[in-house]
Order: sequence, then C-alpha cells, then structure tokens
Amino acid sequence: MKSTSSTTTPKLRLTTSAMIASIAAEGQPTRPAPFGHALIELARRRPEVVGMTADLGKYTDLHVFAKEFPDRYYQMGMAEQLLFGGASGLAAEGFMPFVTTYAVFASRRAYDFIHQTIAEEDRNVKIACALPGLTSGYGPSHQAAEDLALFRAMPNMTVIDPCDALEIEQVVPAMAAHRGPVYMRLLRGQVPLVLEEYGYKFELGKAKHLRSGDDVLIISSGLLTMRALEAAKKLEADRVGASVLHVPTIKPLDVETIVAACRKPGRAVVVAENHTVIGGLGEAVAAVLMRERVHPAFHMIGLPDEFLAAGALPTLHDRYGISTDAIVSRIKSWL
Amino acid sequence: MTVQGHNVSLHERARRIRCHALRMGEVQGQGYIAQALDIADVLAVAYFHAMRYRPEDPEWEGRDRFLLSSGHYAIALYAALIEAGLVPEAELETYGFDDSRLPMSGMASYTPGMEMSGGSLGLGLTIAVGRCLGLKRKGSDSFVYTLFSDGELDEGSKWEAMMSATHYKLDNLIAVVDVNNQQADGPSGQMMGFEPLVDKVRSFGWFVQRVDGNDLNAVVAAFDAAKTHEGAVPRMIIADTVMGKGVPFLETRERNHFMRVDANEWKLALAALQDGSRL
Repeated sequence: MKSTSSTTTPKLRLTTSAMIASIAAEGQPTRPAPFGHALIELARRRPEVVGMTADLGKYTDLHVFAKEFPDRYYQMGMAEQLLFGGASGLAAEGFMPFVTTYAVFASRRAYDFIHQTIAEEDRNVKIACALPGLTSGYGPSHQAAEDLALFRAMPNMTVIDPCDALEIEQVVPAMAAHRGPVYMRLLRGQVPLVLEEYGYKFELGKAKHLRSGDDVLIISSGLLTMRALEAAKKLEADRVGASVLHVPTIKPLDVETIVAACRKPGRAVVVAENHTVIGGLGEAVAAVLMRERVHPAFHMIGLPDEFLAAGALPTLHDRYGISTDAIVSRIKSWL
Repeated sequence: MTVQGHNVSLHERARRIRCHALRMGEVQGQGYIAQALDIADVLAVAYFHAMRYRPEDPEWEGRDRFLLSSGHYAIALYAALIEAGLVPEAELETYGFDDSRLPMSGMASYTPGMEMSGGSLGLGLTIAVGRCLGLKRKGSDSFVYTLFSDGELDEGSKWEAMMSATHYKLDNLIAVVDVNNQQADGPSGQMMGFEPLVDKVRSFGWFVQRVDGNDLNAVVAAFDAAKTHEGAVPRMIIADTVMGKGVPFLETRERNHFMRVDANEWKLALAALQDGSRL
C-alpha cells in the first residue's frame, strides 16, 4: 500500500500484516470457536444440518464441527463457486448447509452463485464468513470492507453482524429457525465476550439498547458495538453521556427502534460500523431517518472508500478511526 | 410408473417437442429456437426413455432431477415438459408474456419441473453436485441430469464441479453437453477451444460417451449406458447436434446463437415438421 514512514517503528510489534490476527484485547475474556461449538449444539438437534467449506474449515471454526460430525462435513476444495452452488443443491434436497469461507470470497468471488443459486432460488443456506470488514491486516485481498453493502443489496438475504462470542452462540440457532438464506459475519478463534454483562439476548431483526446516555446515540453493529461500549465508558468519564444501540441484524433493519431512538431530542447520532461508509449500516440508517423526517446531527464512523493498507490491526484501526480512542476523540470533536 | 413408454415412438415425441417449441417461438416471434430444435432428440430420450417422474406430482421425491443449466434453452425444456404432461399444452400460448409461468429464461420458481434458475451460465453443474450429495445422504437412487452447452465449458465453475464430482464419486450424476458449436459471439471452438473434450473429461475421471445427439438410437444407447455403468464415477454424454435440426431451411441457415426466424417462417417450419412425420 502507500508508503508511510517506517522510521518510528515501535520496539515491540506484536503483530504485523498477518492474515489472521486476534481482535481480542489483552486480558479481555474470550471464548474459543463459538460458531463451531454452537453449530455442533444445533446439529445435535437438527439432523438436516451439514457443514461446508472451501479450504477454510480451520480458519472459520468449522473444523470443530467437522471433527464431531465428519460424515456431515463437505470439503469442497478451494472453489467458492462450487461451494455455494453445491450448497444450493444440498438445500434443494432438504438439508440445511452452514457454509463458511472468508467474507471477501463469498461477497466478491462467488457473488453471482449466491445471488442466483441461493437467494433467487430462495434456498435454506446459512453463510458464515470470517474476516469481515477490517479484521485482517493482510491487505484488500482479505479485507471484506464491502460485504454488508453487497449482501444488503441482495433480495431474500438476511444479513447479521454479531458483536461477540455470546451473540454468535445465539445467532446460530436463530439462523436455523429462520427459513431462507442468511449471511452472518463471523468472528472466529478466541472471540471476545462483551455482551454478557448487559444481559443481552439476540433476536433476529431486533436492535437492542445496551446503555443509555443523553449526549450522543451510537448506533453500531458487530465489532464496532464492542468499541462503542468501550468508547461510551471513556466518554462517561469525561461527562459525555453516550447511549449505545446495537443493531446486529443489518437486514431487515429494525426501523422502528432506530427511528424512536433517533427522535430523542438534543442527542447527536453516530453510526459506527466495521465496513466501508458506502452502503452499510450508516447509509441504511441515514436513509431511514430521511424517509421518516427525523433529522438529528448525524455522523458516520466507518472505513474510508479506499483500498485499505496492510499492517497490524491496532495500527490500521487507529488510522481509519475505528479504534476505541479514535472513536472517543471523533465523537468529542462532533459535540 | 406413469405412461412414458414407447407406445408413442421417440421419433414422434421428439417431433412434438419441436412443434411445441416452434409454436412458442411463433407466439413471441423469437426464441432460442435453433437450440430447441437441436436438443429435442436428447430431451425426448430423457423424458420418454431415461427419466423417472410423475407428471401430476412434479416434486415427487422419487423423481430423477433435471437441471437446465442453459437457461436460454427453456423454450426446449418447456416443450418437453408440455409433452411430458407437467405443463398444460394450452399454456404455450403464454410463452414469454407478462405473468406467464414460461419466461424466456428458465427459473425454478416459475415452472413445474424446472429445478433450477439458469440464465447465468456456469451454475448448473455446481448445483447438480450438491443435489447428488444430498440424494446420496438420503439414500435415494434418483439420478441428477444436467444439461448445458459447449459454450458453458468456458466457465471455470464447470471444471471445479467436474473435479468434485469425481472426488465425491457421484455415480448418480449424468451431465449432458450439447455441442452445437455455437455461442453468443460465434462458433464455440473458435471463441475458446474446448477440444479434445472427451479426453479432457475422461482425464477428470468421468465415464464419457460422445454421440450424434440427433440420432435417437445412439442417444438411447448413451443414456442406457450412463445409467448402468458400474464405476463409482460421474457420467457425461457429449451430444453433437445440428442447430435447427428437423427444419431443413433452418438447418442450413447461417449459424447464429439467436437465430432469426421471419414472421411467415414459423408456419413453414411447423409444416416442414408435419411433412417429416409422414416420412
């Protein structure tokens, strides 16, 4: 990517532009492979559940399912078009494939196959994709900055951006309970545990208030809800009251809850997402507010419309304004 | 089993399939009629010799699945589905009109007996692989047939699917390739060389036969062999066909992916087929 000064290399670099990097902060509570374990639980109850991947079982936590149910696991090789077409076929025969790959490959390489064989045919396929948004330092090849925009635009597709391990565990059975195609952004490996202290319960299509505050409303999804909660705590210490509305279901959007929250007078609205500012939650919320004639001060925190750099995630999250500190300072600048 | 016997000859079935397709073409004044005429013999054998299905119950679990990957061949498949009794003959008058169950490109949700949405070429064989895996999981003995054309071989997904069908020993998969050597921009072999096709697909581990797709006896023999082959391998029938087959003035017309037929010619074409039936 574009050159940046390399003269001030810190002494201790824990991470570089590795493909896989943990998003958990040091000392943060985590759970291992929540998707894989939740899928095993589901599969015990639902014999029609099968797992499929394209050479990324180990990197999407599907390997734990494969170990538990080897005869219900399909390795399709490094072939994403085949992966999704094949999933459509298995679904047409009454099975419920949970299909994993990286978000870049589902949203970019295999888009037409998902569009035509799964969404248009309305097949009961559940797609779970790792490395959403900016969760890889590997560069644009593995940074799925546009996946929400692409899947939001696809008719019949339900789109979910969970925040933490607890939510992923709850999303998996909810995906199965919903008849039709679903795309879930997957956090894998040691996944932070954030929402437990908020008594959180995922409901498909529902936005949830996680904390209240009178100065700013942060509407967020996925990883950025974790950051929004951290930012809200820091803002509170500076006597800025920040409310956090978590919107894990990007489509269908919980318009009612979002609009009601934004109607509260005197509160700026900040939409924060681990996604390009084009076509994601921010623009979705903006369109809803325009339609409903609700006009608060409105700001978006998201990834810029550019090919992102390779580098360590903390560096990149700072640079692109989605680290906790960057969120805090940007919000303060807007109030 | 329902009446699919040879009480009506396969020649007559193929002729009627061609007639239904021409009547649909006439309704719209257009259609991929040259392909419909070239593949009619293959469809006659599929629907009146090889396949198991119930016309009154298109989703009968015990049916063989037929996946039309080349969505633009829908006019041909509709003609076969009409002849097979899955779609009422009167409905051909609606072909291509608003709200018809017979849109110009085949889609799963529109038409009884249409198992997939085609149109975007390269999808069918990947879906077929999933269908075959699913049928095996269920312990079903149904076959999955999928039809695509030579031009579609340009799509890399076809080769991904071919590799996987061998890997998963999909002996319930029968792929039929219509080699009419014509795709959108010109002769298929000149757009992107695909020969030697038999050698290529055999090297992928498939049981491959290449036949004259307009020779009914040869096509019957190929389907029989594909169904009864003992190896735990997928099967392919490569059918060399003549675009416009059965209507002499279309067979000799300059080859074109979307063959032009003038308004007065539909009746002439139908008449040519009627004459053919009396030979």
